[in-house]
Amino acid sequence: MSDKKEKRPDGREFDETRKIEAKVGVIKRADGSAYFAFGNSKAIAAVYGPRQLYPQHLQNPKKAILRCFYDMFSFSVAERKKPGPSRRSIEISDEIKRALYPVVLLENFPNTVIDVYVEIIEADASTRCAAINAASMALASAGVLMSELVTAVSVGKVGNAIVVDLSQEEEQYKIKKDGKEIKATTDIALAFLPRSKKISLLHLDGSIKLSELREAIELGKKICTKIEAIQRQVLKKLE
Amino acid sequence: MEKTRREIVIPGEIVGSGSEFLPGEGTRKEGKDIIALRFGLLEKNDKIVRVIPLSGTYIPRTGNTVIGQVIDITFNGWVVDILSPYLGFLPINECAGYVNKNDLSEYYDIHDLLASKVHTIRTRSVELTMKDRTCKKLVGGFLMRVNPTRVPRIIGREGSMVNIIKKETNCNIIVGQNGLIWIKGPSIEEEILARDAIKIIAEKPFVEGLTDYIKEFLEKNKK
Repeated sequence: MSDKKEKRPDGREFDETRKIEAKVGVIKRADGSAYFAFGNSKAIAAVYGPRQLYPQHLQNPKKAILRCFYDMFSFSVAERKKPGPSRRSIEISDEIKRALYPVVLLENFPNTVIDVYVEIIEADASTRCAAINAASMALASAGVLMSELVTAVSVGKVGNAIVVDLSQEEEQYKIKKDGKEIKATTDIALAFLPRSKKISLLHLDGSIKLSELREAIELGKKICTKIEAIQRQVLKKLE
Repeated sequence: MEKTRREIVIPGEIVGSGSEFLPGEGTRKEGKDIIALRFGLLEKNDKIVRVIPLSGTYIPRTGNTVIGQVIDITFNGWVVDILSPYLGFLPINECAGYVNKNDLSEYYDIHDLLASKVHTIRTRSVELTMKDRTCKKLVGGFLMRVNPTRVPRIIGREGSMVNIIKKETNCNIIVGQNGLIWIKGPSIEEEILARDAIKIIAEKPFVEGLTDYIKEFLEKNKK
């Protein structure tokens, strides 16, 4: 990114997300489902439950358990991704679970499970944020009791600029230093609870100054509030 | 019936504040505000705010009529799948009539369909009873499944909607609160007509004057 032009590779402003697309009820046989896309990062989520949980030793007699499964379709990336769970997808599944956990009221359905399946149809960076947004909308449309929606967005530092919703191109941005190419991007996945103003996920890759991190988080919170308005609008529109 | 405009609310939305209203089903009081806890239609009745669900699985309540399938037989009763997060259990002593304790499958066998009532709710299972005149083993006819949140609309005010369908199609219909509906009629055409009418109700839960629309539909399509 050139610092003179003050624009991003795809012509966006620093605090502008890619085109957001959202839908609910995309999977007919699921209890609740949703689709959420940041530009070319497209996630589809399905929620089943509360339902019976087996094996029985996994059941919690005090509350329901929440399970998340994140995966990418093999055609979602340029180089074919081997289907099935991988180190990365297991980690992201857990991240999504932790992001959603504070809002889902699990105490009402002891001994049961709520399953959240998220598939990435097309990947172009910040897929986990799209996944969290889709999952939170799917949970709401499934009639699961929750205290509020969860909204996620990626923020980061590309070169010297604090930007929101990084694309693949920006994530790969490199600068030349001492004849060597080094990565000059910091990517932060941020999940925010817009009503209680709490952060439920903060995942930082790269390095950033504390003051810049604060700035990035504040920007992320602002954008999350905007995204939540879109989520509300989509959920309120009935079939 | 007083018509109140119902609005769709989503989790976390503030639906009332101060001491003006009391939080009802699907809502919670947080500080001064009452917030919605689930996706559904907002209803403000007298002083109580509640959210009527639009989606979700069936949660058993005492006294509900449910339709279930026997999936297992134990030494003292039958395990019944009632399409809810918890399994239903029908003990021998909640069964109407004499049961041979040595062979429970003589009475109800695996895969039998039962219309039963929810007797008590336990932490792990739901106890069912057959000691009611609406409860019976379902033989013949066919079963359809709708979203359990649409069931009140299908039954109608004091059974008005389902009674119209029963009268117009001469079918015997049992509506389970868990979303399973059993239809048995004199001929397959009448059963299909009843099914189509129920499908319309399940798909259009917000239409005003649905009773008249269904009456018209049934009369038009009846031979």
